[in-house]
Amino acid sequence: MANLKAIRVRLSSVKSTRQITSAMKMVAAAKLRRSQDAIVQLRPFAAKLEEILTGLNNALRDAETENIYAARKQTSGKVLIVIVTSNKGLCGAFNANVVREARRIMAEKYPEQAKRGDLWFVTVGKKGNDLLKRLKCNILEEHSDLWSDLTYENTAILADRLITLYLSKEYDTIEIVYNQFKNAAVQKLTAEQFLPVTVTENDTDNESADYIYEPDQVSIVRELIPKSLRIQFYKALLDSFAAEHGARMTAMHQATDNATELIRDLTLQYNKARQAAITNQLLEVVSGAEALNG
Amino acid sequence: MKIEIITPDSKVYSGDIQSVTVPGRKGSFQVLKDHAPIISTLDAGTVTLADEQGTVQHFEITGGLIEVKKNRIILLADAVRQS
Repeated sequence: MANLKAIRVRLSSVKSTRQITSAMKMVAAAKLRRSQDAIVQLRPFAAKLEEILTGLNNALRDAETENIYAARKQTSGKVLIVIVTSNKGLCGAFNANVVREARRIMAEKYPEQAKRGDLWFVTVGKKGNDLLKRLKCNILEEHSDLWSDLTYENTAILADRLITLYLSKEYDTIEIVYNQFKNAAVQKLTAEQFLPVTVTENDTDNESADYIYEPDQVSIVRELIPKSLRIQFYKALLDSFAAEHGARMTAMHQATDNATELIRDLTLQYNKARQAAITNQLLEVVSGAEALNG
Repeated sequence: MKIEIITPDSKVYSGDIQSVTVPGRKGSFQVLKDHAPIISTLDAGTVTLADEQGTVQHFEITGGLIEVKKNRIILLADAVRQS
């Protein structure tokens, strides 16, 4: 028969754990709502920018200007992967998924670079950084402090840094691996090519032809491409931020449920043990009295 | 004519206006009703707009882009400080 006291101690510890997980769930839910709003705010901006840029793509193709952001021939053979994870744990497989995807890309897409040691990582988020460090991957920079103050200006600095790394021909390809926010329960693991830019063809009739352009189409495109890259990067970070809270909310919900189940089982066990003890004592009293009478 | 001033972080202003003056790359210019369609990049500077009642408002932007089309103005600013 299980020890009464042992069960009681275990029960109270599970109860306080449940209190913590359910509190964390509430906090994650509140943060999720706020970070979701941020994405919604960004959407019209990104959509409009995209629209203007695709309208101008023709100008880019016609003009004899060289698109410095497009794929180029002479190569340094180096690849940079940006890993977006969270600073805090307790959010299920959120961070492990990103790292696993990164290693898959490493093995399938860039096996030679990985062998040569020409595959480098930039990490955003402590968890991913720690995991990669343990795997002995080449980490170029860590930008985990970005999460404490996630604004467009701050992310733009890092995006510009990545663009510079590409333009200075130090790296051929830059990819971003992050969790895209689908809804509170679902995160979509996404690997996106950041640079070189893949230019979307615009086959529809160019109705933007009657616009006045200032200063001119080519200069506008030149200015818009880095801008849209910055927005793309910002969006990836916002997505990951919201996805993190979604993942944590689900994980903590699960944990709370498990704790509730455990408490039910333990309570049952405790009551059974208590009853058995009482029966035992009664038996002793009765048989003692019986012995005296006899 | 309607205007929307949007930054990546938020929507700064949206509503009906009489006129708006923006710091275009090739010099500051003003947009009034029935302006020809235009797309222009913007320098850092002040955006001045007058709403329906003629109240004037100023916004400091660090750069951006403006599109004017059929009395709808969309101003994408990198960052905005209201002054």
